Amino acid sequence: MIGVGKTKQYANVLDRPISKGKQEVSLSAFAFLFSELVQYNQTQVDNIAELERRLEDAGYAVGARVLELLCHREKGNRRETRLLGILSFVHSTVWKVLFGKVADSLEKGTEHEDEYMISEKELLVNRFISVPKDMGTFNCGAFVAGIVRGVLDGAGFPAVVTAHFVPVDGQQRPRTTILIKFAEEVLVREARLG
Amino acid sequence: MPAVYSLYIINKSGGLIYHKDYGSAGRMDTNDSLRLASLWHSMHAISQQLSPVAGCTGIELLEADTFDLHCFQSLTGTKFFVVAAPGTQNMESLLKHIYELYTDYVLKNPFYEMEMPIRCELFDINLTQAIQNDRFALLGR
Repeated sequence: MIGVGKTKQYANVLDRPISKGKQEVSLSAFAFLFSELVQYNQTQVDNIAELERRLEDAGYAVGARVLELLCHREKGNRRETRLLGILSFVHSTVWKVLFGKVADSLEKGTEHEDEYMISEKELLVNRFISVPKDMGTFNCGAFVAGIVRGVLDGAGFPAVVTAHFVPVDGQQRPRTTILIKFAEEVLVREARLG
Repeated sequence: MPAVYSLYIINKSGGLIYHKDYGSAGRMDTNDSLRLASLWHSMHAISQQLSPVAGCTGIELLEADTFDLHCFQSLTGTKFFVVAAPGTQNMESLLKHIYELYTDYVLKNPFYEMEMPIRCELFDINLTQAIQNDRFALLGR
């Protein structure tokens, strides 16, 4: 940051560097707000797929902004252009800013070349949420999937991103996997870059 | 032998929204549980009116020959009560802890409808854990 080490006096408040601000918000406040977001969207839809899509769209807007902010704040206005670069940016930088920790794991799909997975033992948005049985495989992680899609799309890596519950052996609770399936053009470009 | 026999949560109008038995002592069928819940709700309300002490908040502990009934009422009128073996200690803190779990895993769950029966997997898991920890704490003493 500018002026670190020496106490510089700024006559004008506008000349002062922008502080990073407080980095954390109350988890309870977030949980209530997120709960309201889900409840509101539930009243606007008549099926679960639609609810998932709406949550994803809400996340998309966050992702687009987060990309903009972090490229400026952390990377000196530079943006990742390679596939693995942007994935690790999402997995570590984005996750750390949003959830206070890096994601538990980032893996490449075994069956398809264009699939990557970010797994989290307990996704922050799902901390207090129990999905009722009649909603099947619905996962509120759709919001986080939307964030990831927003970041990737903004960086020029269009992809289809979905959130799934994956049961873990010996664990009562399933973990959440964010599945990223890149568009064909991304892989073609990646191959050309070598 | 388990110290806590059963746990009840009743909403502000006296309807039973959660009930769980631990161990085989003092088990009741569903109708009796519902009856006990609304009976307790009324007794609690009447006790507030009858109490000679000003600002009484209702019965906190009912001692009987074979059980103790500890009750905790939240600010919104939701009542939590446990039926436990006579002389079981530390029930106030257990009830406070259960209240905390309720605010976390029930009230922050978007799929829970206020004043309706509680069906939340995470609440069940954490509650079982809390009761178990409480039991271990008793054994350790």
